[in-house]
Amino acid sequence: MDPPRLRVKRIRVFLVDDHLLFLSGVQAELGREFEVVGAASDVVDAIEGIRTTRPDVTLLDVHMPEGGGAAVLEAVTATHPDIRFLALSVSDAPEDVITVIRAGARGYVTKTIAPDDLAEAVQRVHEGDAVFSPRLAGFVLDAFATDPRVGADPELDLLTSREREVLRLIARGYAYREVARRLHLSVKTVETHVSAVLRKLQLSNRHELTRWATDRRLV
Amino acid sequence: MQETHSSTLRSPLLSRSARDRFVTGTAGGIAERLRVDPTVIRLGFVLLTLAGGVGLLLYGLSFVVSPEPEPETASPQVPRHMRTVATGAIVLGSLLVLRDLGLWFGDPIVVPAAVAVLGSSILGVRPDAAGRHWTRRLGSVIGVARAVVGFGLVGVGMVWLVAAAGPFAISFGSIVLAAAVAAALSLGVGPFVVRALRQTADERRERIRSEERAAVAAHLHDSVLQTLALIQRSESSPEIATLARRQERELRSWLYGRRIGLSHGRLGEALEAMADRVEEHHPVSVDVVAVGDCAMDDRLLTMVEACGEAVLNAARHSGDSSVSVFVEVGPDLVEAFVRDRGRGFSPEDVGEDRHGIAHSIRDRIERAGGKTAISSARGTGTEVHLWIPRGSA
Repeated sequence: MDPPRLRVKRIRVFLVDDHLLFLSGVQAELGREFEVVGAASDVVDAIEGIRTTRPDVTLLDVHMPEGGGAAVLEAVTATHPDIRFLALSVSDAPEDVITVIRAGARGYVTKTIAPDDLAEAVQRVHEGDAVFSPRLAGFVLDAFATDPRVGADPELDLLTSREREVLRLIARGYAYREVARRLHLSVKTVETHVSAVLRKLQLSNRHELTRWATDRRLV
Repeated sequence: MQETHSSTLRSPLLSRSARDRFVTGTAGGIAERLRVDPTVIRLGFVLLTLAGGVGLLLYGLSFVVSPEPEPETASPQVPRHMRTVATGAIVLGSLLVLRDLGLWFGDPIVVPAAVAVLGSSILGVRPDAAGRHWTRRLGSVIGVARAVVGFGLVGVGMVWLVAAAGPFAISFGSIVLAAAVAAALSLGVGPFVVRALRQTADERRERIRSEERAAVAAHLHDSVLQTLALIQRSESSPEIATLARRQERELRSWLYGRRIGLSHGRLGEALEAMADRVEEHHPVSVDVVAVGDCAMDDRLLTMVEACGEAVLNAARHSGDSSVSVFVEVGPDLVEAFVRDRGRGFSPEDVGEDRHGIAHSIRDRIERAGGKTAISSARGTGTEVHLWIPRGSA
């Protein structure tokens, strides 16, 4: 484990969660390593708070009344595109994942994530990288499994074989640095691949993405 | 989906055929009973009909006395347009017989009425469910043509009828015929309206149900699942964390409509069920990621069981608190990886007991035609890799 604990400038984090007990728990955990500049428990407060405090990273609950995390994401990125978001949810339902990622979140983790892993994820998002959980990696592999329709943009609608390899290892439970060791790449290269996949996930308009998510929604 | 099982013990004297039917399966049923070519029976009916309508009467009688076959087998193999032509032929035959018998309103009235009814039935013809995918593309062209021809014939028939009936406008015959035309129109358009109404009702019910469920899910996400996640994160005893994880999993599988069971259903469901069982008895979290899915079969059951063994193994010996399971369904191969970040082992210090476990996994998989590879090193954890070919064998 080598999460960078000693940093000159602490990362400024904002927390959004409507579950107050959870909010205070995460606040206590992250407070050791990051500067928690604010917290909000509903959509309106969150947008207001984020705009005034201008954090580096916002930790965003997906499920909230009045539009949820996606509403906060859309409102804030419209005025402050430099603020980065990490989505945090109790749900790993594909529909939720696809919605917040496509709204602009740079990663998606479930709330059962271990405190150290959460800190590492915040760090990673701050550096502009993407955070893929095994499930999110599996989701992308599944959604991009079929050949795209005719006229698709290969830049956005296809994964390269290297990206596929990286995602497969992440889905198998490997951390980025383990993936790097196994594929004889640098961690930076792995991060580049994952960021490229995130970009495709956000920009591709292949219909499988939506279909994949809606096929697996609640029935 | 309900399956009905027909009993072959009950064999009535005469039964309509499910497989060989143009209109009602009556002729086919008689042919099956007498073990002759159904064409002979059909020709017989036609000839007898020409002989003063006896055939028609016999056909009607046979239809009434023969029971409908079990719906399970009732899949007409004769194409729709053949059935349409056959039905048309029977109607035409009946009309000719009635005309011959003198039960007739007179050609100037019946012929236009028949034209109108024909138009109405053309309007009523719809592509069936199976034909929808290709008719959708042709739908607009065919639909327009059908509407033009159908309405044209109805219009021609009505005008003709009114013109013919004009001189004696309020005669008994013309009233009956007007009623008949109205009936024909409603017969043609009626089923369409009924079906559309039923469909809307079904869709509405389905939408209400899924909205209700989504509302419940949203509520649970905001409350119960949050609390369960919180319990798992807090420094509570492992038993409580396990309990919370199990409750979360149960709730989630209900929310997402997963069925629990190993041997039936889909591979993804079977893997979740396997993970449940391990989590129930061991303080580990089992994270299943599946790419692609397929229906379960015997081989896949073997694979899921072998995965279960590998997960149990990791739960018992690795000392890690979580186990990752990744399964990928390829076109001709299903691959699985079971990984922990526990203490691992090196091949030379594998005890006799570990041998047994490796055997139980490897032997099972090899019997199903697959392969196993186990990689492990002290301190870095263990990964079990399984793969078996897909398809029946």
